[in-house]
This record gives sequence, C-alpha cells and structure tokens, in this order.
Amino acid sequence: MTDFLRNLIRLRRGPWEMVATILIALGVVMLMQPFALALFTWSFLVTLVGTVMFIIVSHFPE
Amino acid sequence: MPNPLDAAARATPPTVARRIRGLSDRAIAWLFVAPTIFLLLAINIFPLIWTVRLSFTNYRANRPNEEVEWVGLRNYIRILTDDGIWANMQTTAHFLFWTLVLQVILGFALAWLINRKFKGNDLLTTLIVLPMMLSPAVVGNFWTFLYQPQIGLVNYTVELLTGTPANSFSMLGPGGYAPWSIIIVDTWMWTPFVMLICLAGLRSIPDYIYEAAEVDRASKWRQFWTITVPMVLPFLMLAVLFRGIENFKMFDMVVLLTGGGPGNETLLASIDLKREAFEKWRTGYSSAYAIILFVTVFGLASIYVKALNKVKER
Repeated sequence: MTDFLRNLIRLRRGPWEMVATILIALGVVMLMQPFALALFTWSFLVTLVGTVMFIIVSHFPE
Repeated sequence: MPNPLDAAARATPPTVARRIRGLSDRAIAWLFVAPTIFLLLAINIFPLIWTVRLSFTNYRANRPNEEVEWVGLRNYIRILTDDGIWANMQTTAHFLFWTLVLQVILGFALAWLINRKFKGNDLLTTLIVLPMMLSPAVVGNFWTFLYQPQIGLVNYTVELLTGTPANSFSMLGPGGYAPWSIIIVDTWMWTPFVMLICLAGLRSIPDYIYEAAEVDRASKWRQFWTITVPMVLPFLMLAVLFRGIENFKMFDMVVLLTGGGPGNETLLASIDLKREAFEKWRTGYSSAYAIILFVTVFGLASIYVKALNKVKER
C-alpha cells in the first residue's frame, strides 16, 4: 500500500493506470446497475474521467 | 538481354526521378503512409469529431434545411436521466452478464476437455469451432426457425422432454423467454471463441510445473486451483473483455431474432440507438447517445489493451 501511494505521488504509470481502470469499471457498473437512477446519471462522467485519465497516464514513466 | 530495372529507370521521366532521388528515407516513408493516415482521418476521426459536434445540437438529418440550434449538454442530460434508456442499459447488462458467465464456464470446460489427447480430438475441435465462423445474419435467421412455436426444433424438444405442448409457448414472443433466447444463441455462437483463448492459455502452461506439483503430492484439485486457474486467468480475462466489448455493441443477431421485442424486452442499447437515429431521426440526440456508448467501449478497450500487454509479457 505504501509503495502504491509513493508511486502515485511520483506519477508512475502502474498505480495511475490502476486508478483509471477502477474508474472505468466503476463507470460501466454505474451505467448498467438496476438500483439507482442517480448512479446511472453520473456514470458517463465517471467513465469519461477514467478514460481520459487512462490516455494521459499511459504516457507516464514505468 | 536488357536488364528490366535499367529499362524502368530509363522510362522514368528525369524530373520525377530527380525529385524522388532528392527525398530522404523518412520523407519516402511518410509518402507511403500518407494515404492510410488520410483515409483513417476521413473515415474514422472526422466522423467522430462531427458526431461530438452534432451531440451538442438539435440537428435532425431528415430536416436538413431546418435551423440547427446549439443546445449544450441538454441531449446528454436528457439521455442520462431517461428511465427508458436506463432500462435498455439494464437489458444490455442482463444480456452481457449471462452471455459472459455461460461462455466462460462452457468455454473453459470445453478447453479443458479438448486439451486432453484422445482420438478424434482435431475433428471435435473443428466441429465445436464451426458456429463462430458463421455470419450473425445466418445464425439469426436459422435460430428464428429453430425457435418457431409450430415447426421449431427447440419447442419440439421441450415438448418431448417435459410434455409441455410445443405451440403453447414462444421462445421469441411474449412470456419472458426472449431475453434468454438471445443469450442462448450468443452463447452457442461465441463459446468456441472463449474455448480457443482458454486452450491457448492451457497449452502455455509448462508440464514441469505439474510434475513438480506431483512430486510435492499436490492433489488434482489443488493443482487445478493453484496452477491451472492462475495461469489461465489472464487469457480468460482477455476473452471476457473481448466478448464484453463485442456484446455491448451487439446489434445484428438480436435484430434478426427479436427486433428488440416483444415490447422492449430485448431492446439493447445499440438497437435503441439505431431507432433514435434512423427511425425517429433525432440525429443530435442519438449522436450524444452514441458518444456515451463510444466512451464506455473505448474505456473497456483501454483495459483490454492493458490486459493484452500483460499476457504478451508472460
């Protein structure tokens, strides 16, 4: 966990890609869940942030 | 006999020859790549940017002379607060979830069986892979016949096994079977694909790992959970992501089978999008809808590429 946070602060690709991946997956789940319309409403924003973040952080050093 | 290269060189007009000779390797490389880049921009990138632009307007393609109004985020807000579209997303999710679960279980089980050496292994593999090679249009049409209440083989088999009269229910009609019918067809068609990927994963496991486990007296069950599953998991993830992306966009087969019906029972997001764009002609609105689906697929594709790279590193 400490390594993860340290690499996050040092702008390393691995942990940032993980964060972006979690955001994308969360967005997709929010888009398709049957429980709350509010989650569906915000799903696109979450997926968009995750996707844009993924594109940016994939250029970070290893 | 004259050298053909000399003849070609002589036939080249001197100005062109001089011009090409003056170009650097890099410039020549760009010259070769330029048509592809141009086509990519014209066919993929330009329409995408145009769709993004349209998604902020109230443009209707069937009324080209009407004034186009800039509506900002209104289309996105309307889509993302629409109960109907939310229901379509859930229908898509139901289809996605069950096709993935069934395809992973059956695909892995088939790969496990095919991985063993037995007589007729090659023939069986070819037969299993056949459905994947068919066109979705063909599959949609012949499963429509199989699901026919009067003459269909499926209803006949159900009658034979359970005694329920064949014409008392319709797999593609009202009664709640339609969502499951499309899941069955997709599973039938695409399980072989998951099987092939799992098979690649199983064959990539070196024998010496199992031999070492045998020496350590690990049971077959233990070997399965501590060697086979972890080693095949990246491949399985790849298959899940690939099928997930494909099924999220599923259109042709379901249109042929149910057309989104009965009611809205099998109305997947992609079918609804087509209706909005080319039946109701709400081009601006449907562009926003398409962008929402595109960002979702693009996000999933990013994860897919990452998973692919991980598998390649192994």
